[in-house]
Amino acid sequence: MENKDLNVIIATDCGSTTTKAILIEKKGDTYRQTFRGEAPTTVEAPFEDVTKGVLNAITEVEELSGRKLLDGEKIILPSDGDKGADVYVSTSSAGGGLQMMVAGAVKAMTGESAQRCALGAGAIVMDVLASNDGRADYEKIERIRQLRPDMILLSGGTDGGTVTHVVELGQFIKAADPKPRLGASYKLPIIYAGNTKAQPQIKDLLGDNTALIIAENIRPSLERENLMPARHKIHDIFLEHVMQQAPGYPKLMDMVSAPIMPTPAAVGTMTQKFAKANNYDVLAVDIGGATTDVFSVFSEIFNRTVSANLGMSYSISNVMAEAGLANILRWLPFDIDEQDLRNRLKNKMVRPTTIPQTVESLQVEHAVAREALRLAFDQHKALAVGLKGVQQERSISDAFEQAGSGQTLINLMSLNYIIGSGGILAHSPRRTQSMLLMMDAYQPEGITAIAVDSIFMMPHLGVLAQINEQAALDVFYKDCLVRIGTCVAPKGIAKENENIMEWDMVEEGGKKHSGTLRYGEIIKIPMEGNAQLTAKPVKGFDLGAGPGNKISKKVEGGTVGIVLDGRGRPLSLPKSHAKRIENLNKWYKAMEIYPA
Amino acid sequence: MAHAYTPGLKAIPCTRLTKNRLLPIPGKVLVEKDKQVGALDVVAETALPGRVYPMNIANRLGINPDEVKGFMIKQPGDKIKKGEVIAETKPFIKWFKTTIESPVTGTVDSLSEITGQVLLRATPKILALKAYVKGKVIDVQPDFGVTVESEGTFIQGIFGIGGETNGEIAVAVDSPDQELLPENIKTEHKGKILIGGQHAGIASIKKAIEVGVNAIIVGGIHDKDLRKILGYDIGVAVTGTEKIGLTLVVTEGFGMIPMAEYTYKLLISRKGEYASVSGATQIRAGVMRPEIIIPGFPKDINECKKEEGRGWIEPGDPIRIIREPHFGVIGTVHSLPSELTKVHSESMVRVLTVELSGGEKIVVPRANVEILEK
Repeated sequence: MENKDLNVIIATDCGSTTTKAILIEKKGDTYRQTFRGEAPTTVEAPFEDVTKGVLNAITEVEELSGRKLLDGEKIILPSDGDKGADVYVSTSSAGGGLQMMVAGAVKAMTGESAQRCALGAGAIVMDVLASNDGRADYEKIERIRQLRPDMILLSGGTDGGTVTHVVELGQFIKAADPKPRLGASYKLPIIYAGNTKAQPQIKDLLGDNTALIIAENIRPSLERENLMPARHKIHDIFLEHVMQQAPGYPKLMDMVSAPIMPTPAAVGTMTQKFAKANNYDVLAVDIGGATTDVFSVFSEIFNRTVSANLGMSYSISNVMAEAGLANILRWLPFDIDEQDLRNRLKNKMVRPTTIPQTVESLQVEHAVAREALRLAFDQHKALAVGLKGVQQERSISDAFEQAGSGQTLINLMSLNYIIGSGGILAHSPRRTQSMLLMMDAYQPEGITAIAVDSIFMMPHLGVLAQINEQAALDVFYKDCLVRIGTCVAPKGIAKENENIMEWDMVEEGGKKHSGTLRYGEIIKIPMEGNAQLTAKPVKGFDLGAGPGNKISKKVEGGTVGIVLDGRGRPLSLPKSHAKRIENLNKWYKAMEIYPA
Repeated sequence: MAHAYTPGLKAIPCTRLTKNRLLPIPGKVLVEKDKQVGALDVVAETALPGRVYPMNIANRLGINPDEVKGFMIKQPGDKIKKGEVIAETKPFIKWFKTTIESPVTGTVDSLSEITGQVLLRATPKILALKAYVKGKVIDVQPDFGVTVESEGTFIQGIFGIGGETNGEIAVAVDSPDQELLPENIKTEHKGKILIGGQHAGIASIKKAIEVGVNAIIVGGIHDKDLRKILGYDIGVAVTGTEKIGLTLVVTEGFGMIPMAEYTYKLLISRKGEYASVSGATQIRAGVMRPEIIIPGFPKDINECKKEEGRGWIEPGDPIRIIREPHFGVIGTVHSLPSELTKVHSESMVRVLTVELSGGEKIVVPRANVEILEK
């Protein structure tokens, strides 16, 4: 749609518990988000119609903006003066989102490609089935039978290669006769995106009992991954099959001006648009109550992972189980009885809507959040890798490097931007808390800007970008991103208090700052605007220009400012109990993260 | 009058409730509409498909996949018994003969000439679905199951483990703040639903399993005891399938927390009566809490309340605080100020003022209280 035709946009995101609506209006040459409203999602009984929640959320926007958007149960399209909107778009993760099972012949090759394909399409991957996944064949069949996915992505083999493994997986699927999660009476959609040579056999096996869809091979050769055709099929099936079974969605699909997107797919789209427009490497995270989504774009390659059981309320106890109590306790600057901490976390799990009333309680949640973010990031790093199984040409100079194929794409030194969202990051009482949580969990190296999406607008903007990319980017820069500041962290290790960097900074208004950064300290310089930073790390420390090399770069301030992090990389906490508590107190004080 | 929407656990002396009893896959419904059923009556049954056993015959006989068919003694669709020969080679000298026996009783499901794989399927298992609660069948979903309606006492817990069970209510403590100790659990409690007080430790839970108690209802447990009894940490509150030897329902939370007096009194008022208990908990979309259902009216009630509770709180309502620093404290709503208030953690939240039993008033975030529904 041309910009001249597009003046008023209404967008909704139907989440599991809340449906959020935003109004975007053209102001002069640019688009701005002007009003927002929210209402409980109405997918479950007694309403069982998602559009009720959508209309309620839009009604709130109507009341706040004074703009008439609804005519009964219809959105007024297109706009006319102070009535209606030009487009209505929506994303959805209600009712558990898109749940998939994927299968590939070899776990580390087509299995991983299939996983990346489904995750990038916005799905939760319930299980990855592979010929060599370590399970006995009957266990695989039992697992397929137990799970009730929305669809299965079956891949395996390069084009023209052996068909045996992928046909065997097809047989297991047929024997298990899996049922779809929604709508007991319809056939389970299966996308076959494997070796083209095996298509006739797969059609024979699965053609009658499932809704089989054939897509291009996601791994046509070992050296090439071709995820987009299968991803498009996933989106088509999401709309045609899955959404049709969800309460009220056929109605919602009639209301929208562009196809409904799964919420994580929309966030992924927005992350990619932002990275591309600025030529950035970007990391975006959404930490919710039940799950944590991580999105990244490094060297223009997009990846998304979802850690289905890492979150701050429903899954808080699982963070403890996976991270271990000791890893949570290490972030607390006070002693707490182990039994007490265990009981507290379990009580949050069974009463997930409670909020920390005391500073101590908040610190416990922050400790858990660091570990949830770290674990989800570890899982992301493991999947955001180069293709495995690829033969690499090596020169003499490479011969001493042991790096093989399948190296992680995540490079913390080249990372330009971190965007956080989700309650614990977006609604922290102090922004310094959000910043330090992300610094501790991700340990960015060199110079990295940090922001939050305070009202989680990225889904709305991602789906809007399908229609008008400029409108989405305008609102993203001006209203969605809350810039917190920039972390400047020299990479290296030294002894405490050793001088590791000389630095000076000139703010846009001319104000100057300069000093020395010592190992083990954090210096916070409040600054809302931007500044020119010149820094010279000592030998053995790197800011991105190589060890000991000077760097001069524009840095972005924000609600917190510029933070010089001299704790070294990798960050390690002192082993001594007393020293650890002393250091934590020193860092928390430097960041002013808690009330004195 | 000011009021705020607040979640709460139900403890209702008498209410009308319905239970959907549905098979996971189509089967046969065994009861008709309007029929009275007992808790242990089977209302529907189905045959769960047997486990599938893949066997790569080509590999095991050292032949090509497309030759497998010719070496099979049993063909797809044939019935087989455990130990029966299903495929064999035909050498000239019979000493060199290789045979393959079925590891399972059932049928030959399929054979692939591409992979050389044969799938065997075990005999189906019968799943008999019980009514779980005594009541009347008010709806029948053909091939899937029924809806049973019952009138009686309904109490929800906050967390539980273990599946559905039934038994007579027995009381092992004298007050809601008394701990359930191993010595309180006697042999006569076998097969009973045992009401404890504020807490059950691991020794008590083990003793109850040893005695054969069907379910324990207590105020709190320690998470470390739960870990010991299960052998793992529960990461996400989706429970009900644990098999520890009994069903456990926690009414208040984790820690040493006296059972709410109202809940305790209601439970002991039904001592000696037959109850249905489930530990199944799911704290996500489609929340499911553990429950105790005791069909019939308590002695002092003649008419059953049909209301579901109002779901919000008003000044004068009894509430329980569900987060530190006052976790477990019970009080009365004094006021519900509408403006956002900064609490110690510096969060700006909506709060309420709670009056404690001694007359002291404290301010608590609204998200941190639970209405005591009666």
